[in-house]
Amino acid sequence: MKIKKSKGRIVFEVVNYSILAFLAILCIIPFLHLLAVSFSADEFTSKGEVFLIPQGFTMQAYEYLAQKKEFFTALGISVMRTVLGTAISLIVIVMTAYPLSKTDGRFKGRTGFTWFFLITMFLGGGLFATYFLYKQLGLLNNFLVYILPGACDVWFVLMMMNFFRGIPKEIEEAALMDGAGQFTVLFKIYIPLALPSIATIVLFTAIGQWNSWFDGIMFMNDPSKYPLQSYLYTMIVSSDPTKQSGFTLTPEQLEALKNIGGKNLQAAQIFLGILPIALVFPFLQRFFVKGITVGSVKG
Amino acid sequence: MLLPGIILTLIFKYGSMFGIVMAFQDFNIYKGTFLGQEWASDHGFGNFIYVFKMEKFWQAVFNTLLISGIKIILGIIVPLLLAILINEVSKRWFSRFVQTTFFLPFFLSWVILGSILLEMFSYGGIVNTIIESIFGTRIMFFLDNNWFRTLIILSDVWKGMGYNMVIFLAAIMGVDETLFEATEIDGGNRFQQIVHVMLPSIAPVVILVMTLSIGGLLNGGFDQLLVMYNPMVYEGGDIIDTFVYRLGMFGDRQVDVASAVNLAKSVVTIILMGGTYYFAYKKFDYRIF
Repeated sequence: MKIKKSKGRIVFEVVNYSILAFLAILCIIPFLHLLAVSFSADEFTSKGEVFLIPQGFTMQAYEYLAQKKEFFTALGISVMRTVLGTAISLIVIVMTAYPLSKTDGRFKGRTGFTWFFLITMFLGGGLFATYFLYKQLGLLNNFLVYILPGACDVWFVLMMMNFFRGIPKEIEEAALMDGAGQFTVLFKIYIPLALPSIATIVLFTAIGQWNSWFDGIMFMNDPSKYPLQSYLYTMIVSSDPTKQSGFTLTPEQLEALKNIGGKNLQAAQIFLGILPIALVFPFLQRFFVKGITVGSVKG
Repeated sequence: MLLPGIILTLIFKYGSMFGIVMAFQDFNIYKGTFLGQEWASDHGFGNFIYVFKMEKFWQAVFNTLLISGIKIILGIIVPLLLAILINEVSKRWFSRFVQTTFFLPFFLSWVILGSILLEMFSYGGIVNTIIESIFGTRIMFFLDNNWFRTLIILSDVWKGMGYNMVIFLAAIMGVDETLFEATEIDGGNRFQQIVHVMLPSIAPVVILVMTLSIGGLLNGGFDQLLVMYNPMVYEGGDIIDTFVYRLGMFGDRQVDVASAVNLAKSVVTIILMGGTYYFAYKKFDYRIF
């Protein structure tokens, strides 16, 4: 359909492009500002003189960071929890979603099992009951606390289940007729057919793992076991004295806070925390879009 | 095949549900489990009575409803407007570029976004330098309760807007093209097409998104506030979740009272969710499973 552009249309388009471009720039400014701060000398930043161009250009923050052991330890933990956590979550999600995607006739008790998982979305013991539970299970100060509790995410199970439902039953029936078992059907037929959806779930889980920080703060006493995001959180708390009044920090935590430097160093670390996501995101955006629009509306 | 999922859910989700029992106990944290604890006063409802008498609790409830309510409303209107404007863009690369910039913050944590905002909006930060050069004064965004609340709400809209924008864009793409053509033949301009054809066509999706957001009314953004708030703005920024967190974390560590609030919150949320999902099912035939 070809639209003949009237005068009003042209005016509208100019205005529309301008508004969107303005908003887009507004959304990018915080990140450019962060980058500028990371390359600026602190004396300019603290006076609010750095906007988008570094003042008193210095690479000091990055040089210092290159030798900062705590940063790389935290980064390593983040990478590990993202890789392991995503892999384990994916296995559990797929294995749980597959049986639940069958009809009631094929899998007796399906509705009951679905409710068993659904209830946990609405009802839980709360933060402190969870804390005492992990204490009993020996998960405090244990890397597994990043991986296991969230592995069977009900939302992703539901999403995966809905994807599996979209695959025609006839394919499965034909395979079963040829003597294939349920595991063969799942791995040889369903998973290959659901690959785009699996990619979506992998990406959402991986980003969720990378971004988690509260579990580190809550369940680890030892800051050397923090993932990057929790480490960055303690950095923010330490730079703002008013926040500390509400916090009880252990001596080890206080010690770790002393080693955290000025604004450019903070900015550099935050920027490096964004970098992995900012680099992969533009290329993988379509998977996210697909996951949101096809799967289900996750609020 | 279901076994791993069931075991994990039993241990971690059902395992923590003793918190529901905790709500009715006078919980001694040194015993560590809910076994062998004393029951709370007033036939077990002592924790509820205690917290419902606290002025600070009701302040937190008020803040939660206010912050969350405005976030939900703006979180629909802003993405809807963006989706409509983006849909009018004919240049593919421009459309993709703005979508990416609007969508990116959704994938960053509040630690990251919060720390950037803390730096930019601080008293000596760049935003205040700009404000001073125009208006001659500086604003204490993190000390003034009203400014703080505004900042919390707007930054949440910024972080979340890409998500609903994508949903609305997909809905707009799904509108039957012939409807627009018919309006055009009848002499309707583009604006009239949007008001009379597009909006009514995507209304079900918009209402569905709104309905489903209501389930989160009592949340208000725990992560965000934990990163951005400080004791000076508890009055305007303390929400139920942060209130409960401090109650159980610091001072007398009243984890039993915290569990009671959590249980009360769960009950209200279940009623809200039940109601909204029933509505979504009846009205739009939407089912989550």
